[in-house]
Amino acid sequence: MRLLAPLRRVGISGRGLVVTLPYLWLLLFFVVPFVIVLKISFSDVDLAIPPYKPLIDWVGKNSLAIRLNFNNYAFLFTDPLYVHAFLNSVKVAFISTVLCLIIGYPVAYGIARSTSTTRNILLLLVVLPFWTSLLLRVYAWIGLLKANGVINNVLMALGVIHEPLEMLYTPFAMYVGIVYSYLPFVILPLYANLEKMDWQLLEAAQDLGCRPWQAFYKITLPLSRNGILAGSMLVFIPAVGEFVIPALLGGPNALMIGRVLWDEFFSNRAWPVASAVAIVLLLLLVPFMMWYQSVQARESAGTR
Amino acid sequence: MANAGEAAKAAPWRDPGARAYVQIERVSKSFGDFKAVDDVSLKIYQGEIFCLLGASGCGKTTLLRMLGGFETPTSGRILIDGEDMSGVPPYERPVNMMFQSYALFPHMSVEQNVAFGLKQDGVAKGEIAERVGTMLDLVKLRGFEKRKPHQLSGGQRQRVALARSLVKRPKLLLLDEPLGALDKKLREHTQFELIGLQDKLGVTFLVVTHDQEEAMTLASRIGVMDHGEIVQAGTPAEIYEFPSSRFVADFVGSVNIFEGKLLDDEPEYVRIGSEELGGTIYVSHGISAAPEAVVWAAIRPEKIFMSTAAPHGAGSDNVVRGAVQDIAYLGDLSIYLVKLPTGKVVRVTQPNTSRHAEAITWEQQVYLSWDASSPVVVTR
Repeated sequence: MRLLAPLRRVGISGRGLVVTLPYLWLLLFFVVPFVIVLKISFSDVDLAIPPYKPLIDWVGKNSLAIRLNFNNYAFLFTDPLYVHAFLNSVKVAFISTVLCLIIGYPVAYGIARSTSTTRNILLLLVVLPFWTSLLLRVYAWIGLLKANGVINNVLMALGVIHEPLEMLYTPFAMYVGIVYSYLPFVILPLYANLEKMDWQLLEAAQDLGCRPWQAFYKITLPLSRNGILAGSMLVFIPAVGEFVIPALLGGPNALMIGRVLWDEFFSNRAWPVASAVAIVLLLLLVPFMMWYQSVQARESAGTR
Repeated sequence: MANAGEAAKAAPWRDPGARAYVQIERVSKSFGDFKAVDDVSLKIYQGEIFCLLGASGCGKTTLLRMLGGFETPTSGRILIDGEDMSGVPPYERPVNMMFQSYALFPHMSVEQNVAFGLKQDGVAKGEIAERVGTMLDLVKLRGFEKRKPHQLSGGQRQRVALARSLVKRPKLLLLDEPLGALDKKLREHTQFELIGLQDKLGVTFLVVTHDQEEAMTLASRIGVMDHGEIVQAGTPAEIYEFPSSRFVADFVGSVNIFEGKLLDDEPEYVRIGSEELGGTIYVSHGISAAPEAVVWAAIRPEKIFMSTAAPHGAGSDNVVRGAVQDIAYLGDLSIYLVKLPTGKVVRVTQPNTSRHAEAITWEQQVYLSWDASSPVVVTR
């Protein structure tokens, strides 16, 4: 208390400090980099270090020139590569989200309906993969999927197939990787939602003439809507910009925006174009993030 | 007394020819080693309000859930309107249930909740609207059609749940602690509403409750349950005035129970000597018990007279002295706890008939006496 007294005199309270610190953190590590990227996206390429021309420059002695270059953005929409990559990313993210929901919903449902002891074990199993790095886990999939990998060897030893299936470096491998990596992000919010569900509602529905599947469709599914939306957003938003998994498992044809971003930055050293790609990607995802936020707010308010 | 036919109609359980609407035949239900319901047989007649009364864990809810189809009997069978219900799932039974938590669908309006069962059965739209409307009128919820359950008070939710379970016109309505979540005033009011509604619709009600007052008000008959068994079934008055065991006497209402031995066992009367009482109890009817058997005399608190002077014509039977240990003034009546010289504390209630009565106070010596017809003698 005595320590805080002089601070309070100048208008700083403990509560204010607690709120200020995270905001300072966000300002420093989110807003400032964002502004830098935004700045680069409006500049010209240059053969220099860093590889772009400054936005603000002294021209002559007493005049300051601001040069905003919109060509980088125009370029994104003229070269079909970028539009194609954006659309493909959205498609991959969408399909992955749907697959995650189809696999994750029954898992979350099963966990929510299990006894409390098995429930803890099952939840632990869902979270367990996070204890190793994502990169290692994706690499492990290479070992499973490659031509002389575990899956092909087992299938051939069993006589199911006679020559190895081509799985690695195909869209199939990429979807396996994304769905595998993001599944917990669907299961956990869905579980949190279903766990609050009053199962007596299903008995009431049956009592009023519903078969079990009808009760699920009319009661459980609509009541878990917020969980479905939350889980979907948690998969969809990061999956659109996913780079590692398509790069490692998807092969050369996996044209996704994260990959394009990487190539522009590191192969072409076209920082301004790469920054423009990043900004457009962000703008593309903002509506989904806002939607997710409102779903979250509704969920915590408890009104359905 | 009305004629015999009339009486049988009012009390079909007394008519051996009457057809039971719900027949529970030797039904048992075990969960692992635990016998939740133990060999229960019961007949419920059309238009009855039958209350299953018992403490929590006595098996009453399990029995109710077996009727609803949510639990399968381990043995025995249940017939509703003559049809064997074995293997019939809940969604095909001519039965509806009102859940203790009401189980209203939170994402649906009042109207949608009530219409749910009819929609499920594929009833025509116009008819649904009409029946839901009538039902909402009946439970006085007109004007609340568009509200969601979380926008309703506890009493309104209870009425939505009731409307939802009645709108399908079930042959039997199961009610699990229907008034449990309501406060006392609302409860009393709703009890009478429920009876009125049942009378109007003629649906047979099976109510589960742990509240003996609720059972007494609602029921045409009560089945008292203990450890998975129905220990006594009868009208509220029968249960209260003629309990068949100490458990029933004690569970329904409050009672003073004195352990004793039969001194005289005659066809017209018995005399019981009780060490606990420090006196003898004379009962003006015979009982069937082995001579010298240990019996219990149960006397209701309101059937004991308390006076400061020795009662007129008092012999040595049915009168004891004691000191007032505690008084609880409840307005309409007062409860006195009187300590006998033996150490036994007797509960006596007296109506406060006068505003300026000369009050009996703490530590006062009083006489307790009762009619020879008041004690109930039970052998278990």
